[in-house]
Amino acid sequence: MHAIARRRHHRAAPLLLVLALLALITGVAAVAAPSAATASTEASADDVAAGERLFAANCASCHGLDAQGQDGVAPSLVGVGAAAVDFQVGTGRMPMQASGPQAPAKPVQFDQDEINQLAAWVASLGAGPAIPTPEQVDPALGDAANGMLVFRTNCAMCHGSIGGGGALTQGKFAPSLLETTPEHIYEAMLTGPQSMPVFNDANITPEHKRDVIAYLDFQSNGSPGGLSLGAIGPVSEGLWAWLILLGLIIASTIWVGARSS
Amino acid sequence: MSAPEHSTGSELDPANGFENPGLGEHRPRKADIDDKADKKAERQTAALFGISIVGTIIALVAYFTLNDADPGDIAQIRQVNMWIGIGIFLAMIGIGLGAIHWAKTLMRDHEMVEDRHELRSSDEAREGAIQNLKDGVEDSGLGGPKRRSVLKGSLITALAVAPLAVLVPQIGNMGSDWNISKFRHTLWGPGVRLARDPDGALIKAADVTIGSVFHVIPDGLNDLDHHHLISEKAKAVVLLVRLDPADLKVQEGREDWSFDGIVAYSKICTHVGCPVALYEQQTHHLLCPCHQSTFDVSDGCKVVFGPAKRPLPQLPIAVDDEGYIVAQADFDEPIGPSYWDRLKGGDDTTAEEVSH
Amino acid sequence: MGTKLNSAAAGTANYVDERTSIGGFVKFFARKLFPDHWSFMLGEIALYSFIVLLLSGVFLTAFFVPSMTEVHYEGPFETMHGVAMTEAFASTLKTSFEVPGGLLIRQIHHWAALLFLAAIMTHMCRVFFTGAFRKPRELNWLVGFTLMILGLAAGFSGYSLPDDVLSGNGLRIIDGVVKSIPLIGSYISYWMFGGEYPGVDIIPRLFTMHILLVPGLILALIALHLFLVFLHKHTQYPGGGKSHKNVVGLPLFPVYTAKAGGFFFVVFGIIALVASVFTINPVWNYGPYDPSPVSAGTQPDWYILFVDGALRLMPGWIAGVFPLEWELWGYTLSWNILIPAVIVPGIFFAIIALYPWLEAWATGDKGERHVLDRPRNVPVRTGIGVAMISFYVILVIEGSNDIVANLFHLSLNDITIFFQWGIFIIPPLAFWITKRICLGLQRKDRELVLHGHETGTIVRYDHGEYVEVHRPLDEQEVWLRVSYDNHKPLEIEPELNDHGVARKGYRWDRFKQRLSRFYFEERVEPVTPEELEEARHHHDSHGAHEAAEAEESGERLDSEWEELEDGAKR
Repeated sequence: MHAIARRRHHRAAPLLLVLALLALITGVAAVAAPSAATASTEASADDVAAGERLFAANCASCHGLDAQGQDGVAPSLVGVGAAAVDFQVGTGRMPMQASGPQAPAKPVQFDQDEINQLAAWVASLGAGPAIPTPEQVDPALGDAANGMLVFRTNCAMCHGSIGGGGALTQGKFAPSLLETTPEHIYEAMLTGPQSMPVFNDANITPEHKRDVIAYLDFQSNGSPGGLSLGAIGPVSEGLWAWLILLGLIIASTIWVGARSS
Repeated sequence: MSAPEHSTGSELDPANGFENPGLGEHRPRKADIDDKADKKAERQTAALFGISIVGTIIALVAYFTLNDADPGDIAQIRQVNMWIGIGIFLAMIGIGLGAIHWAKTLMRDHEMVEDRHELRSSDEAREGAIQNLKDGVEDSGLGGPKRRSVLKGSLITALAVAPLAVLVPQIGNMGSDWNISKFRHTLWGPGVRLARDPDGALIKAADVTIGSVFHVIPDGLNDLDHHHLISEKAKAVVLLVRLDPADLKVQEGREDWSFDGIVAYSKICTHVGCPVALYEQQTHHLLCPCHQSTFDVSDGCKVVFGPAKRPLPQLPIAVDDEGYIVAQADFDEPIGPSYWDRLKGGDDTTAEEVSH
Repeated sequence: MGTKLNSAAAGTANYVDERTSIGGFVKFFARKLFPDHWSFMLGEIALYSFIVLLLSGVFLTAFFVPSMTEVHYEGPFETMHGVAMTEAFASTLKTSFEVPGGLLIRQIHHWAALLFLAAIMTHMCRVFFTGAFRKPRELNWLVGFTLMILGLAAGFSGYSLPDDVLSGNGLRIIDGVVKSIPLIGSYISYWMFGGEYPGVDIIPRLFTMHILLVPGLILALIALHLFLVFLHKHTQYPGGGKSHKNVVGLPLFPVYTAKAGGFFFVVFGIIALVASVFTINPVWNYGPYDPSPVSAGTQPDWYILFVDGALRLMPGWIAGVFPLEWELWGYTLSWNILIPAVIVPGIFFAIIALYPWLEAWATGDKGERHVLDRPRNVPVRTGIGVAMISFYVILVIEGSNDIVANLFHLSLNDITIFFQWGIFIIPPLAFWITKRICLGLQRKDRELVLHGHETGTIVRYDHGEYVEVHRPLDEQEVWLRVSYDNHKPLEIEPELNDHGVARKGYRWDRFKQRLSRFYFEERVEPVTPEELEEARHHHDSHGAHEAAEAEESGERLDSEWEELEDGAKR
């Protein structure tokens, strides 16, 4: 102990440091696999009434009691449909906590039943896109290759080539899709939340939407080449080349150049 | 021969008034004085070479055994590559570390000294060189009283122009037909329908709801052969966006280029030609992911940020009898990045060059 | 057995020597001395990653099809089923997914390429900051510089070969830059692409460039580079016994054969490790090239990022009123592209290439310089180097500004605006700070030479005064700190000669003098022997005895401590 502590530069220290760094980065790079969740879409009159109460308690301060919205504060929710509610509330974007460039996803405040009740009430205000059925979002039924073609034409410019996310202007960003559930992906395309444009069924047909979901689901297999370094392209590869590759090799040159004791 | 580590005083010039103290004292290593340490270093080196052999075996075993399941299985591809790679890593690093450890612990580490010699050739050598060249010039007949300027001049001229005989045909062939006026024409023209990229489905005005963005190609593009398809697509891609007509500032002279809030702009950046594709529905801004030029769709796609200078070219559109969106005409300016004679050239293309 | 082997070896040697006189070469090379220092191995990293590139590249050519003919994918990878693509892309997928270990070799090749350029640049920095480019090595600096440029060409041409969306957009940017060149830009674009962008010729052309032309040139220049290293003999760091007229080191055979040879395997091994664990250039994510799509994070490999960053940094309009694309007599001049992509990199590289001559003008030094500088002893050069690095790094970060913005939740617009100012402010600031730090370190060296090391031992005199005991430096330590080249600004002859006539070449001399003043006006003089003598005398009269005593007690404490330790272990 003392021997090591008293020698100011232990011989193995740089190597240990690099190995620790490598282990740390490798650990960070390993991303958890996306989890699946399902939503039921049955709505009853009770649900609508319960939803109205929830809305009055949690949403009305911005959107107004009748959900007509307030200029400059929050949009009208008439006609946005159940899909928009399920997406916004189901990903934690709503209720919004603080104003910023955009409302980020955060821990969900309601359980799926409450979300369904809210959705049922908002859907009752005016016709809008509905929450998709499990069959509509089943990746197993989609064609991942066609999904790739649709995704890269319509989505990759913001979300990255496999949905790793990317930056928009003025601090806004397109979030990563790697952990988003199929329902929420479908609903986002259908409703165009925040900066995202709307991709209605004439633009990306329901089948094509499912293909996109299949393409994104395929990414949970991971990269055939090993850890994916965040799948954000050559910048992270370049950083790794300097830090890990050149770093390890320079650490070894120091060992080569050091005089043996 | 055996110990050149003498350093004579004449080589070690003083600096700033101080004498060079000569090499520091040499400290022997453990392995130099302790037989046990010597044996230990030898064993360590052998162990490192052993690791290399194990690595080779790992790589070979991985190649022959990990490779027989379902092709296209991602996990399997990853496994095969990873284990072969780790095998190569061990095979290489074992040899490397072993050799270096050997050199560091058991080979000579007492530094030796060698004199440098000035790189400049000796005066005799230089004189000899000059004399040889002079003699050569003499022998060639170029020196002396006959100056033979015609001979020299013609040789230099011949050498200077001869590369043209090789280069002109080569370079001349590399640019195809050199008809750079192709830049100013795309597949768009009166009545060409707008189709969805990449599958080519036609687009009705009613399909384009507010807040939508369609990535568009000209109808018929996908019927072209691969070469023409790619080259034409590179110029013809368009973004189709519908805004609330109240948000849309109609540009002067382009009053009838849009249709009820639906506008179409070239997708190719006027900076260096990346596809400008990030449309922010709320701000109506279009962002280029390559260099972040930002264009305002609601205001004629003028530049609001970034390195581009010109607005994206607008494609004038209308709706035909069947409700499909069609182009009224081709773009009225070359799409994409600026080039020297972008504004020149007029219309000097023949019908054949507009490669329909 | 042993004698048999020996006689066989002798026989072979004799056979070869009688036909090649190789004996002379072996005599010349075998015991050549090389100084030992870790930083002398940075160039070796570049050399070895190039060898790895050649080895892995040969494997890849066995499977790659440099063709832009359209095919439909029939391989096993699910997201590509039936997709139309060029043969180049299809064969890249085949190499990756259907050749066992093929993906590994692709990744080894690509990682080695990133490492090749990173090592070249690190090596250049080492050569720059230690002054290893000085006479007689200026030409070799130029050879190395050319190797770096060729490395960029090799990297970029290889990056484009798989014909994926990412590299295709990169090529399109190059096309846009080329088109901005006045007068002939459009024609150069036609020449490169065989007609309109992208055409069907560019992949085969880049392939030939990538596997034949550029690596051939690189090999030839590496040979020249190494030949000159042998001819000049390696530089060495300053220290006792080292001078401009000798080289102190260990022999090529066997020590460096083992060390440098072994180091090749270390480099190869580490590249293989990284390639087996980390994905690089996943073209299957980007998909085959199509001019319409683009993805977030569209960037070139890191070594081209600085150009991309410069393009991002340059505004199209200054303050929204002054355009940087001009229309003059009906012709278009795109300063917004030419400045960042052509002019600035051109000037940057020209300064790097010509730097050895620039500094030689300032020093007026005509002699051979084989002992390296400690960076602190040439504060202006070190400052220039750090300023250039900071300039480069700003462009690289700006080239990644969307990634940075996303990672740190910043606005990419703010980052760009920050660096639009920063590019003018930060490099000069870096120069100034570095120069101050160097001068400070030089003063600290003076201090150390004159007053010795602090020992941490406090001594109390009889009359009550406390002093800290300083241990004087030994002669090796002193020599390291006093032996540097102490350049002074150039003195030049006056403008007018005795007859009052202006002399030829005065303006050139005047320029060199200004440059020299910039370099050496402000400097820290090394300690002179007289100063040292006086300082030591002062110290001696002031407690040499106490110092010795303190040293002794320090040693006693040390040994007591060790005894205690031993006791604790037991």
